[in-house]
This record gives sequence, structure tokens and C-alpha cells, in this order.
Amino acid sequence: MSSAFLFRRVLQQCASRSPVSIIATRWSSSSTESQTAASLDPEFKKKIDDFVKSNKIAIFIKGEPNAPRCGFSNAVLQILNLHGCDFKSKNILEDEQLRQNMKNYSNWPTFPQVYFDGEFIGGCDILLGMHQSGELVDELKKIGIRSKLADVNNKNASTSN
Amino acid sequence: MEINKDNIEKKLRDAFEPTYLNIDDCSSGCGLKFDTIIVSKKFEGKQLLARQRLVNDLLKDEMTKIHAFTQKTYTPDEWEKKQEKAATNPECPIKSTSACTGNCGNCPK
Repeated sequence: MSSAFLFRRVLQQCASRSPVSIIATRWSSSSTESQTAASLDPEFKKKIDDFVKSNKIAIFIKGEPNAPRCGFSNAVLQILNLHGCDFKSKNILEDEQLRQNMKNYSNWPTFPQVYFDGEFIGGCDILLGMHQSGELVDELKKIGIRSKLADVNNKNASTSN
Repeated sequence: MEINKDNIEKKLRDAFEPTYLNIDDCSSGCGLKFDTIIVSKKFEGKQLLARQRLVNDLLKDEMTKIHAFTQKTYTPDEWEKKQEKAATNPECPIKSTSACTGNCGNCPK
């Protein structure tokens, strides 16, 4: 299966409504509470600091890597798999406190959330954008990961335009 | 204020003065869902994350009630290059995504 084919599948799944409708009855809409990052529990903050800093790639998703519960989380997983990356994940559907606190920790309202070497990268749109532009290969290289698509990128760059 | 495509569009237009803006309302049974493409000079010199944070901050209140929100942010130059690439690339990668406007004129109807 070519990576171009897989990539189109990822994009289709992003646009697809069916993965989202599976979880329709499972969870309620986002909380309207507003906490600031400053009011984060220090113990929680330290736990997340440790998690994102001790793993080259740390992601916060809906569901598990082998059973994502959201099209956007699935897209992130598929992109990371295309590049052959190892990662650690946390399922925010299992922990409501984690879910709400991560919005403040990352200053980002939605999931999935992706961290490289302790630095917040963004969500599905950003990862997808970086994958499409080839930037993701470079960003992975910076954190010491050689992407499976690194050679594909080079080949494309030399033959395009 | 009710959260709907028109109100979101107005906010985005006022803040970013986009040269191109597309909002798809894909709301369904599980909640409000909007897919957006925003092309604006105000994104120049900004990385993807900074651009998306600008949009997130603008729609901070709406975000607490929206189920899902996708945003593709481009500068006018980036958007033009993307359109050119789609025109010359027979295997258009945009075709099957929500980013397809259906009117770039390259696909036979």
C-alpha cells in the first residue's frame, strides 16, 4: 500500500463523520469552566511535565492507539505510523480531570494534542499540515527520529517542479 | 450570541480580513462542527501553531461549545502556490478532503 494511498485514507477519515458519530452518546460537550494555567494543580503539572519531557513523542488522544475513538485522533496516529514513530499516549476519555486540565496546560481547547520533546506542536490540523509540507520529517529529525518517509521526501523534492 | 456559520464567518472576517475564507458547517448529531480555510496576510511570518492560536483565541468562547473545529491557515502566497500545484497535479490531494472548494476548475464535473 503506497504512502500516498494511506495518506488519502487519513484525509478521508479526517473529513468523515462516522468515527465521530460512534462516540456521540459517550461524552458530553466541553466544559465551560475557565481555569487559567496558573491555577493548575502543581502535582498534576509535574506529572504531565514528566510525561511529555521523558518521551520524544507524547500524545493526548481520544481512545487508545489500537482503538481511537475520534477521526482526528486517528489521523494523528496514522500519520505517526506512516513515519514509523514510536510514541506514548494518554486517553483523555478515561480521565475527565486530565481532559480538562490538559486544555489549560497546553492552552489548547481540543484534542488530539501532540508534544515533541516536551514542546507542544499542535493538533491534527498542524500535524497534517507538517506532514503534507514535508516539515514533519525535519521536525522528527530534530528530536532524533529518522522518519520512514525521509527518503521519499528527498526523492519527491528532486523530481517536483 | 448563537454559534453558527455566519457569526463565526463575521468574526473571522473582521479579525483576519481574509483574501479567501471558506467555512463548512458539518454539524451533526454529536454537536457543532466547522471546517475552515482561512487565507490572510496576517498569517505572514507566523508558524502554524501561532496562526492556530490566533484563531483559537478569537473563538475562545465558541470553542467551549463546539464539538470539532478544523482550520487550514495560509498566507496569500502559500494559497496561490497550493492552487497552482493542484492545477498541475493530476492526482489532486485536495480532491477528497473538506478543503476542496469544487470550483478550481480542474476536475471535470
